[in-house]
Amino acid sequence: MSLITTLARLEAVDTGRAQPLATVRHRHLSERPLVFVPLTTAGEAGAPLGALVGTDRDAPRLLVVPQPRDRDLRFAFLAELAGVVLPYIDACGEDVEAAERTETDPETGKRVKVEVELCADAPQLIVPSRAGIEFVRLLGRSMRFRRTAEQDPETPHPAPPHVPLLGRWLTHYGERARVPGSALLLALTDVVSRHWATGQSSLEDQHLGALLAWIDPPENESGAEAALRAELRRDAKGQLLCPPAGPATDPAFDNKLLAPAIERYDRARTALAAAEDGLQADDRLGELTAAEREIRELVDSRTRPTWDAVWHGLDLLRTLPEGTHAADRWTRDRWSFTGHRDRVLAGEPPQPRRDDAVTAANKLATREREQARLEAQEALDDPLVMAGRRLAGEAFAGEVTDIVMAYSESKRPSPRPLVTIRTDDRPHLAERAKVYRSLGGKPQAAEFVEYVEGEADGADIDTGGRSIVLRIVDKMGRGKEPESGSVPEKGDLVCFTLFEHEQRGGAKLPDPEDTPWTHGGPPGEATHPPADPVTEEDVL
Amino acid sequence: MTTTTAVFDPGAEATRATDAILRDTLHGTHRGVVVDSPPGAGKSTLVVRAALELADAGRPLMVIAQTNAQVDDLVLRLAEKRPGLPVGRLHSSDPDPYDKALDDLPNVRKSAKAGDLAGLDVVISTAAKWAHVKGVEPWGHAIVDEAYQMRSDALLAVAGLFERALFVGDPGQLDPFAIVGSEQWAGLSYDPSASAVTTLLAHNPQLPQHRLPVSWRLPASAAPLVSAAFYPYTPFRSGTDHDDRRLDFAIPSDGSGPDRVIDEAAESGWGLLELPARHTPRTDPEAVGALAQVVRRLLDRGGAATSERSPDPTPLTADRIAVGTAHRDQAAAVRSALSELGADDVTVDTANRLQGREYDVTVVLHPLSGRPDATAFHLETGRLCVLASRHRHACIVISRAGVPALLDDHPSTEPVQLGVPLKFPDGWEANHAVLSHLAEHRVPWQP
Amino acid sequence: MNKAALASSLGSPSAFGQSQFAFMRGNAFEARVKADGGAELLRLVHEKLDAGSEPPVAGLVPDLAAVGPEGRAARTALALREATEAGAWTLLDHPMLALDVAGSPAYLEPDAVVVHPDGSWTVVEIKSFPMLDGSADAAKVGAAARQSAVYVLALERVADRLTPAPEVRHSVLLVCPKDFSNLPTASAVDVRKQRSVTRRQLDRLTRIEDIADALPEGTCFAPDLPTPDLTAAVESVPATYAPECLSTCELAFHCRDRSRTEGAVTSLGRSLRAELGGLTTVDDVLSAARGDSGDPADPAVAALRRAAELRAEALGGREGLRSEVPGRTPC
Repeated sequence: MSLITTLARLEAVDTGRAQPLATVRHRHLSERPLVFVPLTTAGEAGAPLGALVGTDRDAPRLLVVPQPRDRDLRFAFLAELAGVVLPYIDACGEDVEAAERTETDPETGKRVKVEVELCADAPQLIVPSRAGIEFVRLLGRSMRFRRTAEQDPETPHPAPPHVPLLGRWLTHYGERARVPGSALLLALTDVVSRHWATGQSSLEDQHLGALLAWIDPPENESGAEAALRAELRRDAKGQLLCPPAGPATDPAFDNKLLAPAIERYDRARTALAAAEDGLQADDRLGELTAAEREIRELVDSRTRPTWDAVWHGLDLLRTLPEGTHAADRWTRDRWSFTGHRDRVLAGEPPQPRRDDAVTAANKLATREREQARLEAQEALDDPLVMAGRRLAGEAFAGEVTDIVMAYSESKRPSPRPLVTIRTDDRPHLAERAKVYRSLGGKPQAAEFVEYVEGEADGADIDTGGRSIVLRIVDKMGRGKEPESGSVPEKGDLVCFTLFEHEQRGGAKLPDPEDTPWTHGGPPGEATHPPADPVTEEDVL
Repeated sequence: MTTTTAVFDPGAEATRATDAILRDTLHGTHRGVVVDSPPGAGKSTLVVRAALELADAGRPLMVIAQTNAQVDDLVLRLAEKRPGLPVGRLHSSDPDPYDKALDDLPNVRKSAKAGDLAGLDVVISTAAKWAHVKGVEPWGHAIVDEAYQMRSDALLAVAGLFERALFVGDPGQLDPFAIVGSEQWAGLSYDPSASAVTTLLAHNPQLPQHRLPVSWRLPASAAPLVSAAFYPYTPFRSGTDHDDRRLDFAIPSDGSGPDRVIDEAAESGWGLLELPARHTPRTDPEAVGALAQVVRRLLDRGGAATSERSPDPTPLTADRIAVGTAHRDQAAAVRSALSELGADDVTVDTANRLQGREYDVTVVLHPLSGRPDATAFHLETGRLCVLASRHRHACIVISRAGVPALLDDHPSTEPVQLGVPLKFPDGWEANHAVLSHLAEHRVPWQP
Repeated sequence: MNKAALASSLGSPSAFGQSQFAFMRGNAFEARVKADGGAELLRLVHEKLDAGSEPPVAGLVPDLAAVGPEGRAARTALALREATEAGAWTLLDHPMLALDVAGSPAYLEPDAVVVHPDGSWTVVEIKSFPMLDGSADAAKVGAAARQSAVYVLALERVADRLTPAPEVRHSVLLVCPKDFSNLPTASAVDVRKQRSVTRRQLDRLTRIEDIADALPEGTCFAPDLPTPDLTAAVESVPATYAPECLSTCELAFHCRDRSRTEGAVTSLGRSLRAELGGLTTVDDVLSAARGDSGDPADPAVAALRRAAELRAEALGGREGLRSEVPGRTPC
C-alpha cells in the first residue's frame, strides 16, 4: 500500500469519514446494469438459497429455493434466473456496430483487416462483494455442462431450457472478472474501496454495509460508529440488523429462522403428498404455500438491505466523473462480450473444466498486459494516482526551466531538444532511461541525460529539489524543426513517467493443436464434457 | 580396528556428474535432460562445454537464456574458450540491444533477424526474443539456461523451435513470478506461471535428471548451511576444504563493530553485525550507514584472499566485493552512502540482479532487518538463498536484532494448492535455520 | 480454553458459530466416508498413496475405546503396534495421540489414521469443503495441512517407541466432497514443510498462548496444568491484533476494540506499518505527516511529509466528498 493510501486511511480514522482515493471513477458504469444479490446454503457447494436480481432498483425479482437440497427446485430457480438474465444479455447482443479487426489470413499467413461486428454496449453485472463473483463462477460451472432434453433426449435428468446457456455466460463473466480493469462483472465492495479509503482494514471493507457507512453515514453519526453498527448490531432475536451481503448467510439466521421454516416446508410437503382426497389436498396445499411464502419473506428480508446498498453504492460512484481511459477498457469488455456471443452462436462447446496449456498461457499474458495497462491509464487519468507513482519514484512532475535545441548525429539530422525540468520528485532514473509524457493522448518518449544540482539552475538544495535534463526523441514530426507544440516550452508544467503508457502485444503462442512435447502435446478435440452425475442426495 | 571412511573427492564426483550429463545430451535417447545446479557448481562451465561438444559433433544448436546480460555473458565465454567458433547473437530491435564488447569478436554475428544467423554453429538469444521467431526449420538441439527462472509459458512459446534440449538451472534461486493472480491454474501440469522445469518434468517424468554435486564457489564454511537450509532434499558439498581458503587483512582491527565483524567473517566465513532492535523504514539510515562502514573498512584494511586458484594471495579490491539488498530503494540508499565514503566501485544490487554472480566477500542487508512484519516476499527462500550464496570467502549480514522474534510472530500460514509438487523448504523455516547459524557469529554494533 | 465463552464475558461476542446446515452436512459426509468399515476410505488411501500394494478387501477397524485421554492414547499406541505387525490394511477411527508440548502432554484426535500392509502409517483428514475439478480453496487446504502436520509429528513419537520404527508417511490424505456432490474424493498433500515448521515452533514454544495457536482445534490440555499459570499466561498476551485475526479467533473483536482505542495503525492492517518505521499510532503518523512532530532526517517522516504534500497537491483543495447523495445507507 502506498503511503498516500495509508495517509488517506489514517485521515479517515481521524475524521471518522472515508477519504478520497481517486479523483475520477476508474471503472465504466453501465446506464442500466443488472444487479444480482445471491444467497447460498451453508455447507453445500453451489446450492443457491435465493436471490434478488434485476435492472430496476425499485422492482427486483425475488427468486427462492424453499428446499435447497431438492434438485428440481434448484433447477426451477436457475430457469427463472435465466429468464431474467438472458433477455438482458440478448438485448445487448443484437445492437451492433461495424468494426475492424486484424486477423491472420489462413491462406497467405498475412495480417489483414477484416470487417466484423462489435456490440454497441455490453451487459454489466454487479454483485455486492468478491464472494459474489466467486458464486457467479460456481453457478456457471454447475450449469454449463448440463444438457436440456432438446440438446440430448437421452439425458437422464434434463436441465430446463436455457440453464446450460446461462452457465456459459456466467462462466464467461466470471473469467472476464479476473482481467484487471474489466467491468463486465463487478464486485461493488471492490469498486467502492478502490475510490475511497475508510478507517478500517481492506478485509473489513468487504462488508458492504460497513464500507458504505464510512463513506455516507447517517446524519449525526460518524462513519466509524455507523460502520460498527452495520457490522455487529443485532436485534432482540439475535439477528444482524445489517445482514451480510452474501452469498453466505449468518449462522444465527440459519439456525434460528431458516432451519425451522424449511422444516415446516418439508413437513407440509410430506403431508400434501400423503393427502387422501382432494379436499385434504387443498388444505395441505394452502399450508405448503404458506410455508413457502414464509421462506420467501425470510430470503427477501436478508437480501433487500443488500440490494438497496448496492444501488446506493452505485449512486456514490456516479458522483465521480468517469476517467478518460475507462471508456477504452470498456471497449475491450465489449469485444470480450461480442467474442463470446459469436462463440455461442457458432455452436462451440461450453468452456472446458480446466484450460488447456495454450489457453492458460494466453489468458495469463492478457491479464499481465491489462494489469500494466490499467496501472498506466489510472495514473494518466488521475493526479492522485500519479501522485503515488511520483512518490514511488516511477514518475516526476515539474516546471520546464530551459530548452536547448540539439540534433541527432545522422545523415538527416532530426531534432533532439534538451529539456531541463525542475522537480521536487526523486525518480529512480538509470543511465539513458526512457521516460514518457502524454502529448495529445499519445506518449512522447525522452531519454534521461543527467541530473543538475546546485546553483546552476538556482535550485534550493534544502527542499530536495533538483533538475533533470531529458532529450526528447520522438513525436516531433518529420522535418528538421520540431512541429509546433511538440516540444515543451519554458515555464510549462510537465509530468514524465518511467513506465510506458501503451502495452506492446506479446509473442504469439502456438495454436493448441501445435502444443509442444514439453507441455504434453496437443490436447485433442474440444468436446462437450459430461455433466456432473446426479447423486442420491440430490433427489429427496 | 580398521575404519574405512569413503573419502569425498569433489573433483572426481563433479567429473562423473558432468560426463553423465554430456553422455545423455549427446548420445541419449530422451528429448530432454535436466540438470540441477546449486550455487557455484559450474553451471556456466557445463553450458559452454556442452555447447562446444554439440558444435564439434556438427549439431546445430540454439541457446535460450533469460536475460540479455546472461546471453552476452555466454557469448563472451564461448568466444573466450573457442575464438573461431561461428556464433550468432540474436537480439531485439531496441536501442543498445547487446553488450558493446561483442563488437570486438570477429566470429560473432549479431542480428535482430533469425534468418540472418542461419547456418551458424550456435545461435544465442533470450527466451523473449526467441518467442518471436516463426517459420524457421527447428534446431536439432537447444540448451535452456537458468531454466528454473524461466516461466512455463515462455517455454511454451519457444519449445517448437527445437527437437531436444538440455535444461540447466538452480532450483534454489528466485522462482519466476506473475504480476497477476494465477491460482486458477495451480496444480495443472502446465500452469503457465510455474517454472519451465516443473512443467517439463510433469509431462515427461522419465527424462534423466542430473545434479552437479559440488559447489566450487561456496567455501566449506557455507556449503553445509546453504545446502541444508535451501536444498534439504538435494544436498551438495563444497569443492574446497576449510584450509583451502583464507582471508587476511594487513591492517589489524581497531576494535569497532565493523572491524570485529570483518574479522569474525574472515575467520569463520560468516559474520552478523547486529544493530539494536528497532522498527525502521526499509532504508534504515543506521543499518545502511553501518553497512557502508563495513564495506569501507573491507577496502581500507588491505584484505587478501588466498584460495586454491592461485598460490599467491589476491588483493581484496572493490570488484571482489558486492552488497546485496531485498529492495531497490535499499540498494539506492546503500549506493549513495558508499558514494559519500568514496566506495562507488563496489557492486550494489538486489537479490534478483545478483543471481548467477560471484564475489569474494558479500555484505548483505538482511531482508527482515527492522521490519514490523514478515511478508511472503521477504520470506521467499530464493531471495535469502541468493543473498547467502554469492561469496567465495565470507558473507557479512547486517541486521537489526529481534528478527527471530519477528519470525515467531509470523508463523508460516501459506496456502496450499492441491497437486502442486513440493520443491522447497518453507521460507520461514529456512530463515530460522540461517539466523540460528548466524547467531553464532554475532558482533554487536558499535561505531 | 473456550475462547468464544471468554469473548462473550469480555463483552465482545464473536460472530462465530456454525450453521446447522453445514454441521449436518459435514457429519453426514464423514459418516459416509467411514461407512462399511472404512471401505471407501481405504480404497482412496490405496489409490492416492499406495497404488503398488495389494488392494484393501476388508480392512480391520480396531476398537479404540478407553477411559480418559491417556487411556485412549495408550489404546491407540497398542492398536498401531498390532496393526503394523499384522501387515494388513487397518483403519483407526478417531485415534488419540499425545504430544509433549513445553513439558505438558497435549492430546490430539485426528479424523483417522490408516496402517498400510507394509506397516507404514498415514494421517487422514476429512473436510467438508469441496474439491471442484481437482482443486480446492488453498487457504483451507493450507490450514488442513498444518493441522495434519501436528498429527504426523505426534505419530512419529509413537513410531519412535517401536522397534523397528514404522514409517510415518509425510503425505497425508485429504478427503473432501467431489464437485457439487456428497461423494468423497481425495488428494495426497505433502506436509513436509508444515511438519518442519511445526517442529521448530514446538521446540521454541515457551508461552502457553502460542501453543494454543499452534495446535489444532479440539486439542485439550492435561488437567494438571496449574490454573494460575494459565491465567497469568493469557493476561500476558501482548496486543498483536491484526485484521486477519477476525477470521480465525473468537477474541478478535475484543482485541480490535483495544487496538482501535490505542490508535494502533495495525488495526488497519499489518502491511501499513511497513513504511512507517517507528511510528505506531494514528496520531503520531498524522502529526509527523503534518510536520507537527517527528525528525525530518528519519526517512519514514520525510516520506510521510512528501506523501502528504503530493496528496494535497493532487486533491487541489477539492471537496473530498460531495454531500448531496440520494438515498442513505440502509442499515
